[in-house]
Amino acid sequence: MINYQKGSIAAVTSEEYANSSVDYKLSSAQAYARGYKVSIRNLNSWFGVKQALKNINFDVKENTITSMIGPSGCGKTTLIRCLNRMNEMTPGAAVKGSVYLDDVDIYANGIDPVTIKRRIGMVFQKPNPFPTMSIYDNVAAGLKLNGIRDKKLINEIVEESLRGAALWDEVKGELGKPGSSISGGQQQRLCIARALAMQPEVLLMDEPTSALDPIASAKIEELLNDLKKDLTIIIVTHNMQQAARVSDYTAFMYLGEMVEYGPTKQIFENPQKELTERYISGKFG
Amino acid sequence: MGDISSIQEKRRSVIQDAIVRQNKKRRLMDRVFTGVTIACIALAMIPLGSILIEVVKNGASAISVEFLTRPQGSIVSGGGGIGPAIQGTLLVVGYASLIGVPVGVLAGIYLSEYAGNNRFAYIVRFFNNVMTGMPSIVIGIVGYILIVLAVGSFNITAGALALSIIMIPIVVGVTEETLKLVPHSIREAGHSLGIPKWRVTLFITLRSAKNGVLTGIVLALSRISGETAPLIMTILGTSLFFQFTFEGFTDPVDALPLRIFRLAALPYEHAESFGWGAALVLILIVLSLSMALRFLVLDRRYKASGGARL
Repeated sequence: MINYQKGSIAAVTSEEYANSSVDYKLSSAQAYARGYKVSIRNLNSWFGVKQALKNINFDVKENTITSMIGPSGCGKTTLIRCLNRMNEMTPGAAVKGSVYLDDVDIYANGIDPVTIKRRIGMVFQKPNPFPTMSIYDNVAAGLKLNGIRDKKLINEIVEESLRGAALWDEVKGELGKPGSSISGGQQQRLCIARALAMQPEVLLMDEPTSALDPIASAKIEELLNDLKKDLTIIIVTHNMQQAARVSDYTAFMYLGEMVEYGPTKQIFENPQKELTERYISGKFG
Repeated sequence: MGDISSIQEKRRSVIQDAIVRQNKKRRLMDRVFTGVTIACIALAMIPLGSILIEVVKNGASAISVEFLTRPQGSIVSGGGGIGPAIQGTLLVVGYASLIGVPVGVLAGIYLSEYAGNNRFAYIVRFFNNVMTGMPSIVIGIVGYILIVLAVGSFNITAGALALSIIMIPIVVGVTEETLKLVPHSIREAGHSLGIPKWRVTLFITLRSAKNGVLTGIVLALSRISGETAPLIMTILGTSLFFQFTFEGFTDPVDALPLRIFRLAALPYEHAESFGWGAALVLILIVLSLSMALRFLVLDRRYKASGGARL
């Protein structure tokens, strides 16, 4: 009955996760060997004197979608911003701990945070296309500004990325139009295409649909399922239904701590912690 | 219950009366306020309009091909034109912006993108504000001491330096302010693509703020085009064209404001007419400069409809 196919929930059994603290005792190398794409170890973060993340440990399987849920201010956004070293660019923010991408700690000495961001893409809460660039240039920006000159390659990647973001058919005739001239939902898919153009291995999404209407949100949710064939997706969401619909694994965070982490089905149907159960059932949040 | 509703009734009528009284007052105040703003607009337009009318009326007749291209003829009998002054203004202002634009824009970038709120930036901002209000004659003296005395003659570099010192604080201020208007999320989007910070700054942040920065540059160019005092101390003025030779860089240069100043001091009728003509040419240069760049900016804004309008 165990299905080892990539990307399916059954790749790790619920039993394995029921006692997930065992997993956290895995070394990062062991986690990598077992097919985990991202391993977070003892991750802490502060803003000034306030601790935003408290000793976070978890592993993310390759080609899956993992969602972070929790009430406002619980640290879920801070957490995913730590995964591509974006958090440390905020004034006053400090990070301690390790995040392994494959078998490399991205916080190790000598690792350039700029190159790390080329492997880990990010999509933000509000659509933020570059305002003075055309649709084409928005998607090509990452390539061009990283020194790629091959026009043919750029053209190919732009089309591929726009197709990947399910936007190609809507914009193919008007790639020269400003990126800011299309609708909000299209802009967010443009931002996804822009991230995809860098061929990332991991895609971080910080509440990507919270500024969008339900139809535009549904389109993006649909898209995520296609994208996970090629990438590992970690998504922050305010919307529990969305987490239940799109993700393979769910992490529940509260006050900077990871309360519970496991297969989405288990978190929503049979949570192990009382706090999780109360949040899921809407008793607080 | 009856009491409560009658009290409520009473209150309503009191409030109603007050609103009616207020309404009359409000309408009157509305009219007065609109009238005052219109009167102020008119007051502000009178000098501008009368200057333009006067300059066009007196200057238009002086303008001819000879006037625009020839050096000045005899002081007493007239003839010739203000060619060297037009050439000199374009050269000095161009030279000044070669220094002022890169320095100003890069310093503005530093203050907005790199400095944060450190002490050094605070001091730079403070002195930049002081420099914005520095009397231009003082800046002329600096140019005189630094360059004219060193070279041994009035020269174009001294003039360009003085004008660029006037230009830089304006460009720095506008660049910093417009860059700060670019949403932080735009920079983050750039960083998230693994683009190095200097490229994010130049090709994403600055590009997003381009309209505002260009407007600031035009503002600064218009300001320095009309400066006279610092030019007296640095390029002096001459009735000869600038020569593109090594010697040319050690000779005095002419400029329109200087020419107007000199012509106005002459007691001859043709000099007076030349002066008006030169003033008209200067106004037209400044106007076309700012209109050309404005149209470029406005055109972009129109095309990027729905985009961030900076």
